[in-house]
Amino acid sequence: MLSALAASLGTEIVFARHMPDGYIPVGLLDNDRDALKGKHPDMVVLNDRPWNVETPAHLLDDAITPADKMFIRNNGIVPESIDVKKWTLTIKGESAKTVKTYTLADLKTKFKVHTYQLTLECGGNGRAGYYPATSGNQWTQGGISCAEWTGVRLRDLLEDAGIKDDAVYIGYYGQDIHPSREPGKVVISRGVPIKKALEDETLVAWAMNGQDIPVVHGYPLRLVVGGWPASVSGKWLHTIAIRNKVHDGPKMTGKSYKVPKEPVEPGVDPPEDQFRIIESMPVKSVITYPKSGAMIDNGRTLALRGHAWAGDLEVKELHVSIDFGATWQKATLQAPKNRLAWQHWTAEIRFPQKGYYEVWARATDTGGVSQPMVMPQWNPEGYINNSCHRIAVKIV
Amino acid sequence: MKYVMAALLAVGGLSLAAGGRGHGAEGRPVIIADSVKTDPETGLAVDANLPLIKAHCTACHSSKLILQNKFTREGWLGKIRWMQKNHKLWDLGPSEPTVLDYLVKYYGPVKQPFDGRRRPLEKVEWYKLTRK
Repeated sequence: MLSALAASLGTEIVFARHMPDGYIPVGLLDNDRDALKGKHPDMVVLNDRPWNVETPAHLLDDAITPADKMFIRNNGIVPESIDVKKWTLTIKGESAKTVKTYTLADLKTKFKVHTYQLTLECGGNGRAGYYPATSGNQWTQGGISCAEWTGVRLRDLLEDAGIKDDAVYIGYYGQDIHPSREPGKVVISRGVPIKKALEDETLVAWAMNGQDIPVVHGYPLRLVVGGWPASVSGKWLHTIAIRNKVHDGPKMTGKSYKVPKEPVEPGVDPPEDQFRIIESMPVKSVITYPKSGAMIDNGRTLALRGHAWAGDLEVKELHVSIDFGATWQKATLQAPKNRLAWQHWTAEIRFPQKGYYEVWARATDTGGVSQPMVMPQWNPEGYINNSCHRIAVKIV
Repeated sequence: MKYVMAALLAVGGLSLAAGGRGHGAEGRPVIIADSVKTDPETGLAVDANLPLIKAHCTACHSSKLILQNKFTREGWLGKIRWMQKNHKLWDLGPSEPTVLDYLVKYYGPVKQPFDGRRRPLEKVEWYKLTRK
């Protein structure tokens, strides 16, 4: 699918491993056209203007998501020129005591550097599972990643500028280009409450998995906020505003990244003032091995594995079922590498006889909340579908 | 933009003769998803009105935005109004009903009712998993 698309674009897929680390070709004018450069050929393109590309579940098997298997959710066009020598980050806003501007060198040398593995999941991940269908990119399972991000704590920058007592929220601004190409029009500018902004793990990052952040994922600077909809992790970051009210940039308002305050019957779309902003993502898991469709000889044990995550919380338990939830078997679950990192799980299962089976995985968070097996609370924009992942298996 | 539009319409016009087959001559053709011919460039259903769709829709955005979705006529109209409000989409004028006809015909709601809370797994690609 990816190679066919590349052919239609008239460009060649060049794998990143053939290029020196951090190398951005001189004279590269069309960063957007090159969005798939270095991506695994089995990534699934949901949309190419703007780029929305998801990772099939079995490609999420790595403990730390590599760049070639990281989903892309862009709202606009990738910046056309990126001059790292002139790149700056400005901290300002009604609730900033001073305005501060840093070069990339300032950030790398004047503040303590931290690395965390952070779960970034698209707020619309799982949208394809809603009925009635909701509008937007039809993500199945693959809008999820957990890479290692390196940078400085946003808290250190905000405190350097000074935070007024009336601070409520932060909002980011990036250099991406609006799909209408109207100069200066902001594509997406979201944010988080000041409490989340001040957490240890909230980073202003310049590296992913020990290398420069890939262009399509926000090079040279990205806000990274684990456990919340990935749209709050602003790419191509140039400004952070400390706000004295809930941030009101594009995609913070209307019904974007919001769900009804009160549960609604499937298909019911209430007015805008009856919606609330999604904060922590819900508990979820994925089966990364084997790939769905495995045919296995009768009598063999099947070793399963995958990951589980729970927004701001941790995953307490993971269970698997081969009989549509009639019985559940507890999996072995590892602790996260750090807070807000996904957790790896393994399980060995046996099948009682030949035939068709589905293997279901269900995570439970530290608050005792589990993934639903059925479609969860329907919402008009199709967000936060955390129903159990399942794969098909035949015993032959 | 006018130039681009004219060029697209011209290109669309050329493919009209070859692409008209998917459109029944009499009344309403019965649409079965697998039997609809698709345009190799966009993946959209081949129809006499496809050039209009190319001029008004995919001139600015990916055909994947259409292909992924199934909306009622009101739903598609809502998308057009939203693009007019936020993305500088022009007034479709007398073409609007034709564009909506096309979208609902090929990308309308699935008629078959679904009253379960999870669909059966679809399109499983079976493979032999051997011992490692």
